[in-house]
Amino acid sequence: MLNKNIYLILIISLVFAISFWIGFNVNLLPIEASINAPIYDELFKILFIIGLIIFIGMTIAVIYSLFKFRKRNDQIGDGIALEGNLSLEILWTIIPSIIVLLIGLYSYNIYDRMGGMKELNHNHEMMRSNPEKIWAGISQTSDNEISNNNLSIEVSAMQFAFLFNYPKGNFISGELHVPVDQKVSMKMESKDVIHAFWVPEFRIKQDIIPGQPTILNFTPTKVGKYPIICAELCGPYHGGMRASIIVEEESDYNDWFNKNKKTEVNL
Amino acid sequence: MTISIDPQKTNNESLQPKGWLRYFSFSLDHKVIGIQYLVCGFLFYLIGGTLASAIRIELASPMSDFMPRDVYNQVLTLHGTIMIFLWIVPVVNGAFGNYLIPFYVGARDMAFPRLNAVAFWLIPPSGLMLVASYFVEGAAQAGWTAYPPLSITTPQSGQIIWIMSVLLLGGSSIFGGINFIATIIKLRRPGLKLMQLPMYCWAMLGTSILVVLSTPVLAGTLILLSFDIIANTGFFNPVLGGNVVVYQHLFWFYSHPAVYIMVLPAFGLVSEILPVHARKPLFGYTTMVFSIMGIVVLGLVVWAHHMFTSGTPPWMRLFFTIATAFIAVPTGIKFFNWVATLWGGKISINSAMLFSCGFIINFVFGGITGVALAQVPFDIHVHDTYFVVAHFHYIVYGGTVFIIFSSIYHWFPKVTGKMLNEKLGILHFIITFIGFNLCFAPQHWLGLNGMPRRVAEYDPQFQFVNQISSLGALLMAISTIPFLINIFLSMRNGQVSGDNPWKALTPEWLTSSPPPVENWEGEAPLVEEPYGYGKQFSEQK
Ligand code: HEM
Ligand SMILES: [Cu+2]
Ligand SMILES: [Cu+2]
Repeated sequence: MLNKNIYLILIISLVFAISFWIGFNVNLLPIEASINAPIYDELFKILFIIGLIIFIGMTIAVIYSLFKFRKRNDQIGDGIALEGNLSLEILWTIIPSIIVLLIGLYSYNIYDRMGGMKELNHNHEMMRSNPEKIWAGISQTSDNEISNNNLSIEVSAMQFAFLFNYPKGNFISGELHVPVDQKVSMKMESKDVIHAFWVPEFRIKQDIIPGQPTILNFTPTKVGKYPIICAELCGPYHGGMRASIIVEEESDYNDWFNKNKKTEVNL
Repeated sequence: MTISIDPQKTNNESLQPKGWLRYFSFSLDHKVIGIQYLVCGFLFYLIGGTLASAIRIELASPMSDFMPRDVYNQVLTLHGTIMIFLWIVPVVNGAFGNYLIPFYVGARDMAFPRLNAVAFWLIPPSGLMLVASYFVEGAAQAGWTAYPPLSITTPQSGQIIWIMSVLLLGGSSIFGGINFIATIIKLRRPGLKLMQLPMYCWAMLGTSILVVLSTPVLAGTLILLSFDIIANTGFFNPVLGGNVVVYQHLFWFYSHPAVYIMVLPAFGLVSEILPVHARKPLFGYTTMVFSIMGIVVLGLVVWAHHMFTSGTPPWMRLFFTIATAFIAVPTGIKFFNWVATLWGGKISINSAMLFSCGFIINFVFGGITGVALAQVPFDIHVHDTYFVVAHFHYIVYGGTVFIIFSSIYHWFPKVTGKMLNEKLGILHFIITFIGFNLCFAPQHWLGLNGMPRRVAEYDPQFQFVNQISSLGALLMAISTIPFLINIFLSMRNGQVSGDNPWKALTPEWLTSSPPPVENWEGEAPLVEEPYGYGKQFSEQK
């Protein structure tokens, strides 16, 4: 009996050890290039490790049973008539419930840190100038910040391109340029069908919906060029609907901005 | 309403064709209808599988070079629609439900045999209509979800035919669902209590409740969509003030429960198969029943997890995260109970058992990625990417299709009186298991790293992984060959099985194989302990 328990404990610790090792050493995700990304990856790691423990554990249990309890040729008759075991069943109702609850609370926390729980419709300034309903997206900034400090950009999506309008400079660009480490606030609208704005390196995605503008806020943290991918089936060239986001140093960004802005506009 | 356990047969039963011609007739025999569903579903599976191969050939290279881009979208739409509405749903519900449920409740047929036949005969014409729409002019290309406004602006004839076809198929499943509920509740042999029913009955009761509650919503939604297309109404058309997100809510109110319509019957089937080949009672009968009902209730309130990126309010995202993740609890209970059923058994390692164990492993994997997807922050990154494609194929293929094969190996002797060849069966399992995992496991990585779904062309950095996936698909295609050979050879010259080759205790085995027209000569047996293994037989030892 003691022997059996020792084996069980040994196997369980091995499963945990392997899962933690894989969880910390195998990276399945692209580089992290926004302040959302490390927060996301933290959740990913936790889910990955818990998932591995359960998966490896169950697989071992199934394969072990197939070997250990397989019917030998000379055997007749049945296994033991075990129909249930109340304490076991309570145990494996309660443990998964607790795990699920903890994961839920933790991912709520992550979501809050990513700015998902901010109410977007309470933005007074925007309400006044713009009575339409803005649908929730991901937002990292408080209401005031949206109108004041952020770089605000208007995105319009159409079959099969993204256009980025910089209202302060009164110009439209096919490439999204943003300065590093600064909050960017985008209002997105579609001209035809549903599209989506996805930057894998930023771990953010938001659908762009005709008739219902959505908002997406993010802060890039790494200089570089990343793909913007449309992630909602939008017609034959859906696979080709891509653009680039170029994250650059403040000064480079300003050069680019000044080169493009329409000078005739009075500020 | 009175329904007798011996439904009145039509007088012209004697005019029905005999032999295999029976299967081409409007038969009222539940066993014939069950086989009709199975064979018809399998033929569509071959079509859907051919389309899947075409998709994987296209994706073996990053450019769109095997077929034009709009054809790719048509093929994709057809593949998804066929696999769901013409293969999985009809087979796990219609085929096995019709064949087994009357046996399990001790009846001679379903409650409404004529409705039953109508439900089946809706399928071949609407399926052919769907396939034909491809050749008419401009097949549907908005995906199996048919989100407006894309579905309103793509070629209209194809989209309309697509809608009509799905409506008819939905009607077929509603008829079937009503019939199952009536049969299980009303036709039970006197003396048979609900808590003595084999687990597949409970699974089908739960499934049929989902079908009856949610399929009409899909029908209504698609009718509104067809108004938008044909009559220029503005329910979902944003140009006319319609709301496209409302369509998504309505659509997923059906289509999320639809995944349980595809997996709950599989849960029931595996609960029948494991105890027989492990020679042990099903572990935890009562918790199994409650977990099915728990899944039904939770399954109806989690649809919006498909819309986390669609612009839903934060509170809604939160609610749907928690509700979705909690489905893992009743589902987990079932998996632990199945493993406990194996534990300490005398397990025969045969094709049916291997496919069932393959199911457990694959489904646990798909379930884990499902719990991850339920977390809004996680979902936002991978929604509409290959991660999701991998997740749901682990559920529908690694789960349900594996169980369909397992069930065929298990019940073939019942239906034909012949055994299937085990060597070919095990070969079939090995190729399928390897091919399946090779095809879909790498797709998780693709999704995480930036490959969206439903694309004919992709970033060249993903080529190698896509080729592995296509290789897996090739193996899956090859794996059907030993299976088909096995079926045809065994049907003609298979070893004669006898009435009850597995020494099983559920009622369908307590009659001859194949069973007579009204299931039993004389009285139906009263089976109080469908899983009483280890009780009778161990005493004889
Ligand atoms: C025979 C093996 C199968 C292979 C190789 C396969 C492969 C694929 C591929 C490559 C896609 C395209 C993914 C995308 O671009 O979005 C796809 C989509 C899909 N498959 Fe399968 N599949 C198989 C079986 C099944 C089965 C059994 C089902 C049952 C429900 C199914 C349901 C779907 C659905 C619903 C879609 C999405 C279609 C859409 O986006 O509109 N597949 N499959
Ligand atoms: Cu697009
Ligand atoms: Cu769902």
